[in-house]
Amino acid sequence: MAGRVLLIEDEPNIVEAIRFILSRDGWHVDVHSNGETAVAAVAERGPDVVVLDVMLPGRSGYDILADLRADTNTATLPVLMLTARGQKADRDMAMRAGANRFMTKPFANEDVLAAVRELASG
Amino acid sequence: MPTTTLTGTRLRARRLDLGVKQADLARSVGISASYLNLIEHNRRRIGGKLLGRLAEFLSVDPASLSEGANSAVLQGLGEIIGALNPHRESTTRIASESPEDFADRFPGWAAQSVAQHRRIAGLEATIAGLADRMSHDPHLSSALHDILSSVTAIRSTSTILTGEERPDPAWQARFQRNIHEESARLATASQALARYLATAEDARPGTASPQEELEVWLSGRNWHVAELESQTAPDFEALVHDPGFRATGSRRIARRWLSRTFEDAQSLPIPTVSEFLTDGWPDPGAMVQRLHVPLSLILRRLAALPELMAPGAAGLLIADGAGALTFRRPLDGFPLPRIGAGCPLWPLFEALQRPGQPVRAIVELPGTLARRFQTYAAVEILQPGTFTDPPVVEATMLILPLDGAEAPGARQVGSACRVCPRTSCAARREPSVLETPPDTISF
Repeated sequence: MAGRVLLIEDEPNIVEAIRFILSRDGWHVDVHSNGETAVAAVAERGPDVVVLDVMLPGRSGYDILADLRADTNTATLPVLMLTARGQKADRDMAMRAGANRFMTKPFANEDVLAAVRELASG
Repeated sequence: MPTTTLTGTRLRARRLDLGVKQADLARSVGISASYLNLIEHNRRRIGGKLLGRLAEFLSVDPASLSEGANSAVLQGLGEIIGALNPHRESTTRIASESPEDFADRFPGWAAQSVAQHRRIAGLEATIAGLADRMSHDPHLSSALHDILSSVTAIRSTSTILTGEERPDPAWQARFQRNIHEESARLATASQALARYLATAEDARPGTASPQEELEVWLSGRNWHVAELESQTAPDFEALVHDPGFRATGSRRIARRWLSRTFEDAQSLPIPTVSEFLTDGWPDPGAMVQRLHVPLSLILRRLAALPELMAPGAAGLLIADGAGALTFRRPLDGFPLPRIGAGCPLWPLFEALQRPGQPVRAIVELPGTLARRFQTYAAVEILQPGTFTDPPVVEATMLILPLDGAEAPGARQVGSACRVCPRTSCAARREPSVLETPPDTISF
């Protein structure tokens, strides 16, 4: 098995598609859809890579990422951020928050797969 | 009749238009040519009789020599100066060239300049509003997010279905159902967005905000809606179904205004108000004591009288608890900012600072023709506060022109800091374009 991915995303059909392609590639995929409890879910699941949406119910992905980076246990956890807003300002904000990669929606499946493989390999 | 500093300029312009020599005019009215020269260059003020003789010889109304350009045009020229880049040398030059002189010499060009400036300002406001909408409109942002989410799901799912490694039949069925679901969602979201954007395209230049559309509509009715004076409520829907209401929300604002004005009319019918109009504008404070109705209601009623009944022109301003102007009935000589906040020294804002304490003040606007106005301001609590929420308040100010004698102690106010010449005002929040800049940047 390739590793463990925690997908933090609230759109069910996007979740199903991403989980399918990652699972097919050998990844164990956990899913969490609530922004308010996402940080706790990371601590509970212990993923190798987090795929994190920006627009979540309860809390934004930027805030969640900031909390992950503030915790020594997750400060270096690889995070791929997904967002519908693809402006340079949004990209810069994601990087400032500590994202390792930033991808705009709609994305190509192979790009998500390639990013997760790359982040997991360090 | 009082003369202004530009009476001489107007005399000279009229004399030159008629081709009359200075010496001939002076002789005809019994003064020396040198004295007339001083008058024409505004170095001597002249009294009523001499002004009358000069006007008679020049075949003009004496008032046209002494009163000068329409104050509405002067206000508009002030707006133009206020909109210019303060750091440009050309702005300093224009600001020093006396708008009054320009308006007096070239009234047609001055009026045209004002009209064009206002049209441009209206178009710019429309563009800014639409651009701001794209960036900050939560409804637009949410609609776009929904559309992109659906597109993302459809793209990812269809890639899986059409890829080299096809999923098993159970997954295929599942993914096909997902595509169907997201397609329907995408169709709904796209149609809603198209309808929403179509509303923005219909916004007319010059009346970009719903509030402005209401004010334009009321202006067309001389600020009085006769249908609201009857004892039975009129058909509000029919009233707001006017082609003048095109911006999103303008009909709702209009309905709210009409509904409240109808209630005001029921509380204070015209026959009751007319009892107080026997000698010009009444004292609103005395009306409160006699009638026991809120002062804000009285101020609104006085500003909404039929034209033939009102003792004169009146202006009305209403502001919410944040100080934002939510209603403007303009008054000649009392410039109101089209966009942004007014002068912090207006009694309107003083009343907001002390709810429950009405304010009565004579204010004086700056300018060659310093205009004075009697103002009355009061705050009304629209919704009382609770332990968790503050009260919702609204301030109202009635503005009445004051003609005639000096008013010592009049409060010196302006229209907006940017175009106000009172440079030492403690309440100033931004530099005035009329100040001399420390450094100028050449073109």
